[in-house]
Amino acid sequence: MRRFALIALPYAWLLALFLVPFLIVLKISLSDIALAIPPYTPTLDLSEGWQGIKAFFSALDFENFRFLTTDDLYWKSYISSLQIALVATVITLFVGYPIAYGMANAPDHWRPTLMMLVILPFWTSFLIRVYSWMGILSTEGYLNQLLLGLGLISTPLTILNTPTAVYIGIVYTYLPFMILPIYSALERMDGSLLEAAEDLGCSRVKAFWLITVPLSKTGIIAGCFLVFIPVIGEFVIPSLLGGSQTLMIGKVLWEEFFNNRDWPVASAVAVVLLLILIVPIVLFQMNEQKSREADQ
Amino acid sequence: MRRLTWFNATSLTLGFAFLYLPMIILIVYSFNESKLVTVWAGFSTKWYGTLLSNQSFLDAAWVTLKVALASSTVATILGTMAALVLVRAGRFYGRTLFSGMIYAPLVMPEVITGLSLLLLFIGIGLDRGIFTIILAHTTFSMCFVSVVVSSRLVTFDRSLEEAALDLGCSHFDAFRLVTLPIIAPAVISGWLLAFTLSLDDLVIASFTAGPSATTLPIKIWSSIRLGVSPEINALSTIMIGIVAVGVITASLITKRASLRQQADERAAVHA
Repeated sequence: MRRFALIALPYAWLLALFLVPFLIVLKISLSDIALAIPPYTPTLDLSEGWQGIKAFFSALDFENFRFLTTDDLYWKSYISSLQIALVATVITLFVGYPIAYGMANAPDHWRPTLMMLVILPFWTSFLIRVYSWMGILSTEGYLNQLLLGLGLISTPLTILNTPTAVYIGIVYTYLPFMILPIYSALERMDGSLLEAAEDLGCSRVKAFWLITVPLSKTGIIAGCFLVFIPVIGEFVIPSLLGGSQTLMIGKVLWEEFFNNRDWPVASAVAVVLLLILIVPIVLFQMNEQKSREADQ
Repeated sequence: MRRLTWFNATSLTLGFAFLYLPMIILIVYSFNESKLVTVWAGFSTKWYGTLLSNQSFLDAAWVTLKVALASSTVATILGTMAALVLVRAGRFYGRTLFSGMIYAPLVMPEVITGLSLLLLFIGIGLDRGIFTIILAHTTFSMCFVSVVVSSRLVTFDRSLEEAALDLGCSHFDAFRLVTLPIIAPAVISGWLLAFTLSLDDLVIASFTAGPSATTLPIKIWSSIRLGVSPEINALSTIMIGIVAVGVITASLITKRASLRQQADERAAVHA
């Protein structure tokens, strides 16, 4: 009885507030818009019994999904979200790896402090961290002031409201997600392996490629997925830093919902986005599973 | 092998400069006299004054705090229960679905979570306001809590609990007196995580908040979409300050605790 209550409460909560809402999204994505307000046709009428259920299912159609393929905007946004996420992940890896490496090789008594310095931004408001770049990157912003002052450029650069600003914002906000798994992989590494390699005549650089990189592979993979997956659906960064040039699907969904008030199409956008995300999520789970097994 | 080479020192310096310079600039310019945020015109704290006399910001802060307190507390209870289920309940009907529902919200894009909850609230005719934001925040943060707590429960030695039961404790007392104190650090960090996630959330709150409730992130969002503003710089500085004090205090406390533990262990060895 006690066991039943323990299971039932969180189970019921998640069913009601996670699974059911998702089924509603699925249903509305297959519905037609009726006067732009709910209820959408068809509605499920259980009092009609089996006939009602059959009528409900036969009236659902893929019209909204077909609409997604007719307008360039949608597939271009999906492609560009994937592309931005991919490029940003690679940049974050190249920025994050040396930091994680430096942390793992820092003197022991420094490491708790360094760790805290990486985690601190994570607790700070995401919105504020993105916002802090608006003042830096704008045409009369601090970066342009600095570059003009040093005489490196003669006319201000346009960075804010371009894809470049989006990349900077993503690398900045997601950097801790890349650093932490790589750091924890590097920290566990046995330093004597490198000494052995050097004793056997391996150069430092070669030892790095042959030993350090392969041993930190699970950390690298985990970090890349932790950046790639959430960035695909990102909304705040492209909206604040990307301007109208940057297409990302999270922003399209938001605008479809709040500006165009087209709920069926917004729901269809959400369903397709989830289908796209399933692949990286499954790969990520497999990598986690593998590293757990390697630990045991 | 732990030596600070030039390469490591440079990458750490550049890396942390990148992480911290934007926030430092924000803090410095929050004390700028000028309305033009990018032009320095002398030191002033006047934007803190305008911010604190702006009732709509104070109201939004109050709403955010209420939502965060309520949702993180409920999420901690539900998340700890879920962790107990995941680690200890063994097999039961629908277990795969359960663990799927725990892990899925962690990677679900916020726009989808927000949209789906909004459609649910409208579908069942629930008026949107503080209550619906609390429901939404509880749902996604309980999953984070359960991940944090279950990682601690996995390493928990169950024989301690069995000893308590053998000595005549009831199941509930064994949990309250033995298990809970041991997993308490994980439960507390789960609560803190849930609290921060709730304070921070813009997207899900925007979907699930009706016109009657505005949280601080929603308020910040509507003012920064038009560009940088000195009041928001002041607000950001206050928020960064609170977080910095909190994180530094927490890490000092854990450091003290681990030092004390080390001393105890050493004393035990010598005794």
